[in-house]
Parts: sequence; C-alpha cells; structure tokens
Amino acid sequence: MAQLQFRDVTLGYDRHPAVHHLSGEVSEGALLAVIGPNGAGKSTLFRGIVGLLKPLAGSISAAGLKPREIAYLPQIADIDRTFPISVFDFVSTGLWRSVGIFGGIGAAAREKIAQAIAAVGLTGFEGRGIGTLSGGQMQRLLFARVLLQDARVIVLDEPFNAMDSKTSSDLLQLIEHWHGERRTVMAALHDMDMVRAHFPQTLLLAREAVAWGPTAEVLTSDNLAQARRMCEAFDDAAAPCAPAQSSKAA
Amino acid sequence: MLREVLFAPFSDFEFMRRALAAVIALSLGSGPIGVFLMLRRMSLVGDAMAHAILPGAAIGFLLSGLNLFAMTTGGLVAGFAVALLSGLVSRSTGLKEDASLATFYLASLALGVTIVSVKGTNIDLLHVLFGNILAMDDPTLLMVATNATITLVVLAVIYRPLVVESVDPLFLRTVSRAGAPAHLIFLGLIVVNLVNGFQALGTLLAVGLMILPAGIARFWSRDVTPMICIAVGSAIVSGYIGLVLSFQTRIPSGPAIILVASLIYLGSVLFGRVGGVLPQLFPGRHLEA
Repeated sequence: MAQLQFRDVTLGYDRHPAVHHLSGEVSEGALLAVIGPNGAGKSTLFRGIVGLLKPLAGSISAAGLKPREIAYLPQIADIDRTFPISVFDFVSTGLWRSVGIFGGIGAAAREKIAQAIAAVGLTGFEGRGIGTLSGGQMQRLLFARVLLQDARVIVLDEPFNAMDSKTSSDLLQLIEHWHGERRTVMAALHDMDMVRAHFPQTLLLAREAVAWGPTAEVLTSDNLAQARRMCEAFDDAAAPCAPAQSSKAA
Repeated sequence: MLREVLFAPFSDFEFMRRALAAVIALSLGSGPIGVFLMLRRMSLVGDAMAHAILPGAAIGFLLSGLNLFAMTTGGLVAGFAVALLSGLVSRSTGLKEDASLATFYLASLALGVTIVSVKGTNIDLLHVLFGNILAMDDPTLLMVATNATITLVVLAVIYRPLVVESVDPLFLRTVSRAGAPAHLIFLGLIVVNLVNGFQALGTLLAVGLMILPAGIARFWSRDVTPMICIAVGSAIVSGYIGLVLSFQTRIPSGPAIILVASLIYLGSVLFGRVGGVLPQLFPGRHLEA
C-alpha cells in the first residue's frame, strides 16, 4: 500500500521549480534513501511532504495522514540553543501530538521520555540545558524527539552531517529499528556506502527523478553522472513550463 | 527609626498603600512578559511598543480629558493595531519583525507627537507621559489589577506554544498551528502591560518594570520558571524601595522605582551567579568531569 504518493508534483520558490514534475509512490514501511547533488531538491521535497511548502503544481498525499502527523528532522534546524530549556523538557515536546497545548505529562509519559533519551544514549543529561550539548549530542537529542513523535512517516534531512562514526551507527540502528516497526522512513544522504549497506530503496533526485527503485539499480555510475549534469539549472529568465510535460515516473 | 522609614509611609497614608498595591500588581504581570521578551530577543520591541501607544493615549486625552479609562482604551487600540499590523506584515512578507515594528512604531510616534502638539503643551498630559503612581483611584487600581490577572491567566494558556516557538519555531510549525496565534496574543499581552504600566510610570518608563527585572533574573537562573519568579520578586522589591525612597526624598516615584531596579540590575551584572562579572573573573578551580 502506498504511504506517500506524488502526483506530478512541482515544488519550488518564486515559481522556479526545485523539484520538477515528480511522480511516484513510497510504499508503507519503505526505507528510502533520497540522494542527489547539492541543490537537487532533496530538502525542498521534504519541506513539501511535511507541509511547510505548498506545491506549485501537482499534489502530495500521505494516505490519510495530515502533514502534521509526519515527523520531520530538518537539515538546518532553527533552534535557539541559548533558550533556557532542559534536555528532558526539550525532548518532551515530541509528545505534542498526544498532549497538545494543555495535556498533562504523567508518569507514563515521563517514562516514555526517559526511554527515548536512553535510546539515543543521553541518559544522565536530562537536567542539562540544551545550550551545553555538543553538535553530535544535539543531533541525538533531535532523534529522541522524533522517536517520541511516534509517527508513521519519518522524514530525515541529512541526519548524519558532521556526525562521528559512533553516533552515525547508533542513529542508523534507530532508523533500522523504525524500519522493523514498518514505519515509512525517508532520509536524504550523501554517503553512498551507507546507502548501499542500509537502504533497500533509493530515489536519485536532480530536480527531476533520475532513477527511483532498488538501491543497486539506482546507484549506477551512469545515473550518478546524469544527476550531476542535470543539477542547478536555475534560470532567472526561464519561460513558464509547458503544462503537459511528461514526468519521469518510478 | 527603621520602622518609621520603611513602614510608616504605608501605615499612615492611604495613597502609599494604593501605590504599593499597584506596583505589586504591575510586577506580577510585567515580570513574566519581560522574561519572554528577553528570551525571544525582543527587549527593544517592548520599548518600541511603549512609543506606539502614544497616539492612542493622546486621542483618548483629547476626547475626554485626563480620563484614565479613555486614555487606556486609546492606548490599547493603538498598541494592538501596531502589534497586529507589524506581526502580520512580518509573517506574511518575510520582513524581519524588528524592521516591521520599527516602521509602524515610528509612524505611530510621529502621529502621537502631532496630536500632542496640535493640542498644545499641557501639564496634565506631561503628568500622563511620566505617570503618577501616587494618584491611584479605585477604578484605576481595579483596572491595573484586572490587567495583571488577565495577563497571568492568558500567559498560562499560551505558555507551552510560546516556549516551544521560542526554542524551535520550525518544529512547532510542523506539529501545530498554535505558533502564530500564541505570538500575536503575546504581542497583545505586551500592550496590555505597557498600558498598565503607563498609568503608574508613564509611557516612557512603563517598559522599565518589564525589562530590568528580566535582565536581573537572567543573571541568577538558567531555567524559565525560576527566572519568572526572580523577575517578579525583583520588580516588587524595586517598587517597594522606590516608593519609600520617593516618599522620603521627593524623587518622583516612577523614576525612583526604575532607578532602584537599575541598581539591582547593576549588582546582578557584577555578582550574578550565571555569567556575572565577578563569578567569571574568579570561577574557582575547574572540576574533575
């Protein structure tokens, strides 16, 4: 069953497409790597999926899920780390969907929060302010919050940037655990070895889908070379796109 | 002797008791608002809003003379208009909040000064610009207390989205629609408390009871809840000492209160446990882990 469906979707800024005529679907429980050069539209696609960006054309549907029910780990988090909030309280915001503005956080919820913190290896840091964490610890913290969000669809935008190998492999285990729970996980990545080893499905994006399918078939040198050629064609004087242009389906 | 200096003014004179009640109510509302202003890096926004209130208050004054209710209503309307318009402009166009607010408050200030100068200088209006906490009649006192109560209740309601929006606005946008309303309501609360303060301290110093206590609190705690308590406490202490000082020395009450708060702030900068100058100079030996 399709968990995410892209119907000829175009996403972009100021009418310029960053993701162009993308069609295809992500099946439920898929573990999908999204790869492509810088500027290929990976982050834009994710922003479209979680509803931060309205499609310029076409549509994205998530099998009845609202965009707010999709957990999202942005590449450039807009977090004020000087704000005086503890690790525990920060992670607890992951429960937003179940507790909302007024719901209490009881003993069971506290236990869940403690488990999420333990799962990313930050036990003992509960009372520390988030400003005292290192970059890698901060990323673990964000994973703990995603864990608590308990979402059917999880979208991770370059989650391993600047992570050491220990942190990467810890967090990869978490992703594989999600995969085992039949959650749908999409992750933008640059490490091809990691993609080959851990991600069964891959979408190679260069504004348009260059290839989409089983990882081994997507990661060919021809495809990768083609993706590099196609990227970053932002033209200020571009003409309006013809309405019935065919799309590259999966 | 000490009893005479510290307590007699309040036991002997009703206007001093009213002033004390007013300053406590003000502190309860302004303290938490100031802490959030500071944490959201909006301290100067409070100052700008204080100027934005001026034309509304001036129009209220023109229409019904020195009627605090009319002036408060006018101030509220002007303040809300500026807060909402600038909030909407920055949210819908991507213009930064500070730039958006600066344009609106300057326009508002110019309008206020125009209205005042057309009417001609007036000793009563000056009185209002600088406030008079020693002339709190029943309706005024009631209004100050009501506004403080509203502030605390509304703040409790929007507390969670307000905190999350301050820490991680992008996350809040992906899980909830509460961010924008919480922000606009918060701007409204700033106005309510400024108007509240301007009855007692005037438009120029009203913002003082928000910002200075928040600045003090920042030097003594790393957590939001204690910060709010410290801010409220230091505002009340400043108010009390300021009133005594004003009573004994004839320094005007508004400036006396803010000057006391400034002195406490200076002390906090020097001795504050969290990032104060002296604790930084003499931090003690480093720890094992």
